[in-house]
Amino acid sequence: MAARPEMPTADDCWTVAGRTYRSRLIVGTGKYKSFEENAAAVAASGAEIVTVAVRRVNIADPKQPMLTDYIDPKAITYLPNTAGCFTAEDAIRTLRLAREAGGWTLVKLEVLGEAKTLYPDMIETLRATEILAKEGFEPMVYCADDPIAAKKLEDAGAVAIMPLGAPIGSGLGLQNRVMIRLIVENAKVPVLVDAGVGTASDASVAMELGCDGVLMNTAIAEAKDPILMARAMKAAVEAGRLAYRAGRMGKRRYADPSSPLAGLI
Amino acid sequence: MNDETVSIRVNGEHRRVPEGISIADLALELGLEPAKVAVERNLEVVPRSTLGSVTVEDGDEYEIVTFVGGG
Repeated sequence: MAARPEMPTADDCWTVAGRTYRSRLIVGTGKYKSFEENAAAVAASGAEIVTVAVRRVNIADPKQPMLTDYIDPKAITYLPNTAGCFTAEDAIRTLRLAREAGGWTLVKLEVLGEAKTLYPDMIETLRATEILAKEGFEPMVYCADDPIAAKKLEDAGAVAIMPLGAPIGSGLGLQNRVMIRLIVENAKVPVLVDAGVGTASDASVAMELGCDGVLMNTAIAEAKDPILMARAMKAAVEAGRLAYRAGRMGKRRYADPSSPLAGLI
Repeated sequence: MNDETVSIRVNGEHRRVPEGISIADLALELGLEPAKVAVERNLEVVPRSTLGSVTVEDGDEYEIVTFVGGG
């Protein structure tokens, strides 16, 4: 068989809101022990997009180091989020400030329903998506694993649909493969699993379902060795993507021998 | 120069600053680089290009934010 030099990074890009990326892994920048560890994990993950939060500057200590000193926004796309926002108004206010701070319109919208599950409030999320799209934002939207809501988000101007695989920070793995698969089949914009990944195989599962990418934070940041886990996630996302493209074998209920029966002595 | 001051709130904290300063001056006085932050004044985002020309008024409420780690 001829050598096939193609690599997932060489010819298999994905595009969101007109921007093309090679890496299908988006990583968060929260929960790390230090900026150094965070930057090393981002490098090891190969991620070209990182999520960031928008928060008050520390006026008591304005000279303390900042994230931008360690992860260069010119080299890595900063995707500002609305974590901690429970209404459309709070999320929109946060993103208007983010747009001014960064100068870009590609953002991650999340409007949460309650603190215990951090489950999205889809009514507020849809309302915020409509307003943000009208204001010229390009929102990638964290959402429930609801194919109908996902379609409405797309119609409202979401540039990517990002259903949770399990609660944020839970590391439980994809609990909803059937629903994620339905969302992928129906969507005309990229679909990324956002939240729920705990270990490498979870990321592969998401990619094998046909997702365009995976977004994670805690699975890397809370690993005993975050930099090694970042490498694992990079490999898992690439492996899952290749398996999806390759097209897996069908499943059988019983055995099927791999060696020929003809010529048996 | 005059010695008058105005009373404002920045990120929820009360402050007195010299009358007539711009928002860019305010950021510098707080030790911040205007290019690294975004400013909201009385619930309206202030475009970065106008930070140097908008004057801080008595009673203003400011939110000054930046990017931090998050998921």
